[in-house]
Amino acid sequence: MASQSFAKTGLLSRLILRQDRIRIPLWLIGLSFFTLIIPIAFIDLYGTEEQRAGIIETMQNPAMTAMVGPADFANYTLGVMTAHNMILMTAAVVGLMSILLVSRHTRGEEEDGRIEMVRSLPAGRLSNLNATLLIVALTNILLALIVGFGLYLLDIESLDLEGSLLYGAVLGGTGLVFVGVTALMAQLSESARGTTGLSIAILLLAYLLRAITDVSNEKLSWLSPLGWVTKAEVYASNNWWPVVFMVVFSIILLFFAYYLNAIRDLGAGFIPSKPGKRHASRFLQSPAGLALRLQRTGTISWAIGMLLLGSSYGSVLGDLESFFAGNELIEQMLMQQEGLTIVEQFLPQLMIVVALLATIPPIMAINKLYGEEKKGRIDHLLGRTVSRTRLILSYVIIAVVNGFVMLSLATFSLWASGTAVVEGGLSFGKIYGGALAYYPAMVVMIGISALLIGFIPKLTSLVWLYVFYSFIVLYLGGLFQFSDWVGQISPFGFVPRYPVEEIDFLSMLVLSVIALGLIAAGVIGYNRRDIE
Amino acid sequence: MSILKTTNLTKKFGKFTALDGVNLELNKGEVLGFIGPNGAGKSTTIRVLLGILKATEGEVSIFDKDAWSDAVEIHKRIAYVPGDVNLWPNLTGGEVIDLFAKLRGSSNTKKRDELIEKFDLDPTKKCRTYSKGNRQKIALIAAFSSDADLYILDEPTSGLDPLMENVFQECVRDVKSEGKSVLLSSHILSEVEKLCDRVSIIRQGEIIESGSLNELRHLTRTQMLVETREPLGQLGNLKGIYAIQKKGQSTSFQIDSNEIDNVIKYLSQFGIVKLESAPPTLEELFMRHYEGTEDRVGAGGTD
Ligand SMILES: Nc1ncnc2c1ncn2[C@@H]1O[C@H](COP(=O)(O)OP(=O)(O)OP(=O)(O)O)[C@@H](O)[C@H]1O
Ligand SMILES: [Mg+2]
Repeated sequence: MASQSFAKTGLLSRLILRQDRIRIPLWLIGLSFFTLIIPIAFIDLYGTEEQRAGIIETMQNPAMTAMVGPADFANYTLGVMTAHNMILMTAAVVGLMSILLVSRHTRGEEEDGRIEMVRSLPAGRLSNLNATLLIVALTNILLALIVGFGLYLLDIESLDLEGSLLYGAVLGGTGLVFVGVTALMAQLSESARGTTGLSIAILLLAYLLRAITDVSNEKLSWLSPLGWVTKAEVYASNNWWPVVFMVVFSIILLFFAYYLNAIRDLGAGFIPSKPGKRHASRFLQSPAGLALRLQRTGTISWAIGMLLLGSSYGSVLGDLESFFAGNELIEQMLMQQEGLTIVEQFLPQLMIVVALLATIPPIMAINKLYGEEKKGRIDHLLGRTVSRTRLILSYVIIAVVNGFVMLSLATFSLWASGTAVVEGGLSFGKIYGGALAYYPAMVVMIGISALLIGFIPKLTSLVWLYVFYSFIVLYLGGLFQFSDWVGQISPFGFVPRYPVEEIDFLSMLVLSVIALGLIAAGVIGYNRRDIE
Repeated sequence: MSILKTTNLTKKFGKFTALDGVNLELNKGEVLGFIGPNGAGKSTTIRVLLGILKATEGEVSIFDKDAWSDAVEIHKRIAYVPGDVNLWPNLTGGEVIDLFAKLRGSSNTKKRDELIEKFDLDPTKKCRTYSKGNRQKIALIAAFSSDADLYILDEPTSGLDPLMENVFQECVRDVKSEGKSVLLSSHILSEVEKLCDRVSIIRQGEIIESGSLNELRHLTRTQMLVETREPLGQLGNLKGIYAIQKKGQSTSFQIDSNEIDNVIKYLSQFGIVKLESAPPTLEELFMRHYEGTEDRVGAGGTD
């Protein structure tokens, strides 16, 4: 029976390849290109030790450690610098790739009822899971090899062969860990959304756990799979143990996933679902109510995530303060700004991350409109007395409110935990002001989603590329010394870094008007086009 | 020879009992109709048969093998068509048919092309763009072009037009004439009547009746209309008579099929002028079974 459970894995693997013949190469090209371009850019900007000395000043503090992890600053070669700045973030994206691919082909296929047909044929009980894991694992291994050899072939002095291969292996290894995580979640949860949501939650928790422990007690970071990424000390001591851990950990997870898959019914999960309500509450009886209800679990999870993010960043602020206390040189350097504490000067840097992460849930909320359309469920609403304008506006309003709530939650918990650890507390106004400055830009992003849904729904996911672009240019803008226009391709590029900079009401107004215009255009488009 | 047999099959979803001691048997060369109201447990039974749900209790064997542990072996000789066919949106119909054939391991390309022709399917379109009926055709073509020994069909025609419904019935007759067996779950009673040798009726997870259509008919009531010279006495006192209605000279009533003899003897005392009887329609037969237990045949009482 054991071998029968895997019957026809080969064929199903080919089917997955056939379906993903564009998606997987895109991920591979995107990730490799992104990884390889960084050292090339760095060599111009930070080719010499003096140039790097400048950047060390800004990197060597607990806030940055929380974001990108620790590094060996005594030996900050170009290679170490590349790994320090990029590897953790890239690894998280690789994890995300694994999550999306695995969830799609396991629980996603099952939920859509396609596995039922496959299972009625002489294909084994575990064949689909097995095929998915095979393909996604191979994708990760391929990525590891491309990145590993690619970095080495750049022929940059400090990017030696061993370090480069380790760089690739760490990325691939992280991918494998999240292949395992997602495969297991796909058994526990009954839906594809649940699978993806739980897995991303674990990814974020791993990141936060690492952030907190890296700052407070580095040894504890071994508890987080993302902690292993920086523990590899790529291009410095080249520690391969984390890669071994990753592989072993993912094998353990996969073992459980196979076991649970083998004993469960098709379509069932292990997290019990409870019976629902007999009647729709008054609240549910409108398109907006329905939309909210459909995303309830996701929204609550994101809200919790935002609270965690805010509080872990807040908790770092205390360390930041004590880190600088006593270092007169830096204190003098940073004290240029009148009336601001050191901690407040670091706020904008944290705010960028908070604001961009808080942009994800509202965009998911509005994109859900197209998601529902693809599943053919919008007809039920439009076939009744719901106008298209009302429908799309419901989703827009939900997204706009959602974004506001997420941003506020994260900021509030950042303030609350920051005040607890920083001597003399923090000014709520300054923190909240800095966060709200991002709000119009966030609504512009929602507007872009509305526009895409209104006119070219097939390209709705392009908005994610734009969010990602914004993240890269803002987060890495300083590092790469981009010219201003590069940042200003994104609405977030116009946001003042309050409290270091003054609030610029004019640009906030302009952004708001643009956002309204985009939303209005989206509504018009949505009224004109065919529903799929 | 029995191809498929469930003994005391019970399936629970948490606390909910979807199947409660189901006994089902299908012999070689036979077409078994599997009918029952919505939510009765037909699809659940079929999923257990396919080994994609695990029975909570009881035995399920197909070709004398266990449906759960020998699923792969069994499936080499089974063809399945669900009522709701979900396919990969970016593959074409033709690709999917071939994929299923490859997954099965054997394929009959001549038969496949014939069936594509018969069912009038354009196999070059992407599955995303197929209508419900067309998606169902794909599953039917894949099923009937395989050389299976057992066909398990779960409401296979729920989206087909009458023309295609005919093609489908032809296909079933063909495989039957080749000595193969079919389990057909359906809500279309005329289809069941035309195709099936025997039917099993399931309600609330229990098989409440099994047998040939004639046997089942025998268990039900005949509609009668009688006109007599002398006024009829107290008909209601007789056994097995229901729904008595007087219209002028004539009286209409329903009668349990096994009580016909007695009732006619009784009626003849009054001088029969006219007597019409209508056999129970299949609809009536099923209605009776689908509804609550109190209304079941032989339970007596008045309607
Ligand atoms: N995964 C599940 N979890 C809980 N209950 C289920 C599950 N699958 C089916 N049921 C329940 O089992 C019962 C039988 O369902 P089933 O789908 O077998 O009905 P059916 O006879 O095929 O109905 P229909 O004629 O509508 O197709 C229903 O009450 C259904 O709600
Ligand atoms: Mg059914």
